[in-house]
Amino acid sequence: MKFLNETGLRSRLGERVRSVEAFGGQFAAEIDASSWIDAARALREGVPAYDHFIDLTAVDYPEAEPQRRFEVVLLLRASATGERVRIKTRCPADGPLPSLTSLWRGANWAERELFDLFGVRFSGHPDLRRILLYEPFEGHPLRKDYPIERTQPIVEYREVAGVTKLAPFGAEEGQPFGRVDWAARLAGRDLQVSPSIALQSQQRRALSESTSGCASRAVHKPVSLDPEGQESEVSKPVAEGSGYGSR
Amino acid sequence: MEAVDDLDPKSVDKLELPADLMELNMGPAHPATHGTVRLKLKLDGERVAAIDIQPGYLHRGFEKSCERGTWNQVFPYVDRLNYVSPMLNNVGFALAVEGLCGVTVPERCQYYRVILGELARITDHLTCNAASAMELGAFTPFLWLMKVRDWIYDVLEIETGARLTHSFGRIGGMAAPPTDNLKANVRQVLPEVLKVVGETEVLLLRNRIFLDRVEGTGVLTQAEALDYGVTGPVLRSTGVDYDVRKAEPYLVYDRFEFDVPVGTRGDNYDRFLVRLEETRQSVRILEQALQQMPDDGPINIDDPRLVLPDKSAVYTTIEATIAHFKLVMEGVKPPRGEYYSATEGGNGELGFFIVSDGSGTPYRVRVRPPCWYGLQAGERMFMGGMLADIIPTFGSINMIGGECDR
Repeated sequence: MKFLNETGLRSRLGERVRSVEAFGGQFAAEIDASSWIDAARALREGVPAYDHFIDLTAVDYPEAEPQRRFEVVLLLRASATGERVRIKTRCPADGPLPSLTSLWRGANWAERELFDLFGVRFSGHPDLRRILLYEPFEGHPLRKDYPIERTQPIVEYREVAGVTKLAPFGAEEGQPFGRVDWAARLAGRDLQVSPSIALQSQQRRALSESTSGCASRAVHKPVSLDPEGQESEVSKPVAEGSGYGSR
Repeated sequence: MEAVDDLDPKSVDKLELPADLMELNMGPAHPATHGTVRLKLKLDGERVAAIDIQPGYLHRGFEKSCERGTWNQVFPYVDRLNYVSPMLNNVGFALAVEGLCGVTVPERCQYYRVILGELARITDHLTCNAASAMELGAFTPFLWLMKVRDWIYDVLEIETGARLTHSFGRIGGMAAPPTDNLKANVRQVLPEVLKVVGETEVLLLRNRIFLDRVEGTGVLTQAEALDYGVTGPVLRSTGVDYDVRKAEPYLVYDRFEFDVPVGTRGDNYDRFLVRLEETRQSVRILEQALQQMPDDGPINIDDPRLVLPDKSAVYTTIEATIAHFKLVMEGVKPPRGEYYSATEGGNGELGFFIVSDGSGTPYRVRVRPPCWYGLQAGERMFMGGMLADIIPTFGSINMIGGECDR
């Protein structure tokens, strides 16, 4: 894979190049955000023309100064020579970058994706709205300060008389990734239970009963522990039969 | 009874069809769009006057999920990107991290990756063409192509233990060495691939119904395809001979003789033919790879920082125990840096842009999904055509939800 090297980048982009990074035989020029579109245009219109849009992506550096938080990376390829080029720029969370949609049509969805997942804004974009996520989604999940466990209690369940609809987990619980303790579940002690069992054992309220409209972590009703003999009777066949016994 | 002449001319006007555009919603669960995608259309009669393609129904947060495990724990996730050819994703991601680390796997492993990857490419193209034909009413080629795909899955299952989600790639090698019967098994299935491709051609390429649906529909020009960032068979059908295997050879692709088929018009017919011909070229590559692949030699590179030690050594020596512990608990630690790696996936350039901060956890894993840009170019291919032409065009774009929506 042949990337345009440092001399090539500097001769092509001139003063707009702030610095050039080299790693593993690949070169990337950092451009000031103010000359982002000029640099892109110089690559699109010069010779050879970088007419093959490859990718536009971003990396979040929350510890950098706010003006330089997001690094937006543009990858291009010249169809005539097969040479690649990589340029990048830094921009703040809300400060808009000029849109590249007038130069490559492929930038349209790429910029919408960056807006969706990183919250980077692009001025002059014809249709800047979320693309992978849905409109009421709160936050931008690829930012480093977006916790991966966060659930989105955005889309409310419809209230249908006589039908109980349950969210798969509570708003603040996140997704249980641990192994399920089946013995404890059958004994009614584990909160990580399936919605219907949770409802029966009153560990969780039905969604229609909750006040917030979404499933909140229901009050855990302490279940009085059964005598030892009874408990092992319940858990024993499960542990042996299904192989899911807690170890 | 009223005479015709007495009719009020104004009442005749009312019988005309309304001239407004009709809004139509296709998907997200439309039977002919194999992949959950919603197409919001405005129709002028049967012609598409405006279109809004809405992907994202299969978004699972692939890139976010990658940022919390180790580098090797990404492999099960990449299996689920393009789940029609998961082995190509495995190989692509392994090559990206190896590029970041600056290492190359042994020759035997490179051939092994080529063989498994090309088998996956054949399944990908067979599936795409089978589904496209089936949606146009040709059910027989669908069943024939699927039959052979299943035999290839058998070979992959014998090698990797799984039919679809192999999780077989590793940084610095593969999860297991090739089985003794690898070459015999692949050699057995290759003639069947050629046979069924020939049979499909006989059935379809002189079939008037099929040709009427695919010839001249869903046209994309060369300049538009490049502008939209399209790669793979869709780009090659427009006449651009860009194949990463040929243009920027990775692994041992520079040692094989194979052709890059291109189309001339960029319509559905060309895309169908390009995929059929690429299946043949993959068979050619496989035959050469089987011949050249050494029967002995290491599969994994000899580097304790990247590859797990031998199990017997883990149980008997303290050094291997510590190495095993550190690799499992902390993971592979590539140097700090950014690296872009491109391989030819089933749908085009499968790029991984990865950023490492020097720790055992990826800082950023960006996958460049080829069909994401192909689907975006769909708005150009659908526009102005008939509503019914969306079906073959969408089929030949080969949008794979797992890869497109990640």
